[in-house]
Amino acid sequence: MNNQRRNVLKTGSGAALLSVLASAGIIAPGMALAEWNKAAFDAKSMADTLKALGAGAPADSKDVQVTGPDIAENGAVVPVGVTSTLPNVTMVAILIEKNPSALAASFNLPAGTEANVQTRVKMGQTSNVYALVKSDGKFFMANKEIKVTLGGCGG
Amino acid sequence: MGNPMKIRAASKDGVTEVKVLISHEMETGQRKDSAGAVVPAWWIKELTAKHNDKIVLTSEIGSSVSKNPYLAFKFKGGAKGDKIVVTWVDNKGDTRTDEAAIA
Amino acid sequence: MRHKNKFVLLASLLAVAGGVGSNVALADQSTDAIAKYREMIADGNPSELFAAQGEDLWKTKRGPKNASLEKCDLGLGAGVVKGASAKLPRFFKDTGKVQDLEIRLMTCMETLQGIDPKTVVNEQFLKGEREKMAALVAYIVTESNGDKINIDMKPAEMKKMYELGKMAFFYRSGPMDFACSTCHGDTDKRIRLQDLPDLRSHKGAAAGWGSWPAYRVSNGQFWTMQHRLNDCYRQQRTAEPIYGSDVTIALSVYLAATAKGGTVLTPGLKR
Ligand code: HEC
Repeated sequence: MNNQRRNVLKTGSGAALLSVLASAGIIAPGMALAEWNKAAFDAKSMADTLKALGAGAPADSKDVQVTGPDIAENGAVVPVGVTSTLPNVTMVAILIEKNPSALAASFNLPAGTEANVQTRVKMGQTSNVYALVKSDGKFFMANKEIKVTLGGCGG
Repeated sequence: MGNPMKIRAASKDGVTEVKVLISHEMETGQRKDSAGAVVPAWWIKELTAKHNDKIVLTSEIGSSVSKNPYLAFKFKGGAKGDKIVVTWVDNKGDTRTDEAAIA
Repeated sequence: MRHKNKFVLLASLLAVAGGVGSNVALADQSTDAIAKYREMIADGNPSELFAAQGEDLWKTKRGPKNASLEKCDLGLGAGVVKGASAKLPRFFKDTGKVQDLEIRLMTCMETLQGIDPKTVVNEQFLKGEREKMAALVAYIVTESNGDKINIDMKPAEMKKMYELGKMAFFYRSGPMDFACSTCHGDTDKRIRLQDLPDLRSHKGAAAGWGSWPAYRVSNGQFWTMQHRLNDCYRQQRTAEPIYGSDVTIALSVYLAATAKGGTVLTPGLKR
């Protein structure tokens, strides 16, 4: 544990957050957060992203939902979210298949935090949006196509 | 250090819903300015939310999250007046912490 | 030649919608879906971030006189912010002028803080004093959200401005011979899937005037009404009006008078 923490502290902004959190008393010494998963955020394809997240080939689940509109008027701001009724969800992530890097964000949910997270992402074009959920240590997925009428870089 | 976040938290039936708006450019590093120069990547990478002293959410964030990010989540517990503390760190190492009371 | 150009430009404006095949068909079936999209992003309007900065600025002592704006009279008495922007533009006796929110704020900045109006007028949008102005505007218009648009048309100066604004609205100019009414004088006009309200009608003006200033999701910027109007002049391919010049105030009076009785939904959230 301690070794791992020292490793984290040596690298980039992970270190910055940790030291801030530590000085703010948010994390107790010895309790390190996972390091920002560069491999997962750098991955281009869905498969590579899932691999980098350690998710392999997740099963589709009806108990996972992608929230979002059918059509987004503007790709610069697309409301998306993940909800799930699966038990013991410890992580959820949002992946946009056609974006330059698929992974938009991942969230770690301590016990007591519901599997219900909403945010807004940029989308360059119409794409499948995937919700990835880790429940009882296993990964599950669902997807929804969101049409974009004007890409996230338009004006 | 950026501008203040807007944090709203409300508890109802034993569940607290937290909504956060953050002032940040969230540059992907793929956009060009009007002069044709690439605008360097600049985005929030990590975020932590705490209820009083307990972490209720940590997040790893990519540059495809929209400018002026919005985030909403729910956790069990939380009483009126309790503190919600949110901290972010961006890829330049800049960071900001704000807090709000649960309504 | 001239007409051909105009046709091509309008056609291209009407057709632009990145990567979408048949816009007309999509536009029809998607109006509901887009309404739903707008509903989903309505909660958590990033304008709140700008409004918070604006409220801070309102209370911050600055300028050569090191004073705050807390004594600024926006028309309802010194320091009254609540409901003020729903009643602007208005005729102010102390300056002898019809002023919109931004120009009134410039007066307050000059008299209370000693800030030269030129530092606002000569600035670019989103920069320096204009950036501060936008934040102040975001704060003030938030405090009229839900009110009725209710400008006082009794003063003769307001009537004069209204007539001037109406003229300006229908006045064709620029290389394309466009007027505001070219784009905003139809009941069913759409540009880039954006419904363009008929600003000549009460309903259209209420929808258009009543939802600006606004946060624009396309660029993540907060735009004041001066910025909105300025950009429409750009769309019209004409010389941009000077910040706060009479024609911009006149157009605002015309729009607000036509919109009178409608609901203020500011700050808006726009494409
Ligand atoms: C070439 C077409 C064109 C002309 C001419 C034009 N506008 Fe616009 N206007 C637009 C477009 C397009 C929008 C929608 C905003 C956007 O998405 O950029 C708009 C939006 C507006 C809005 C906000 C409406 C809403 O519902 O959000 C107002 C008010 C407005 N224009 C006023 C004017 C005035 C006043 C003039 C004349 C000085 C004018 N416009 C001239 C194209 C035009």
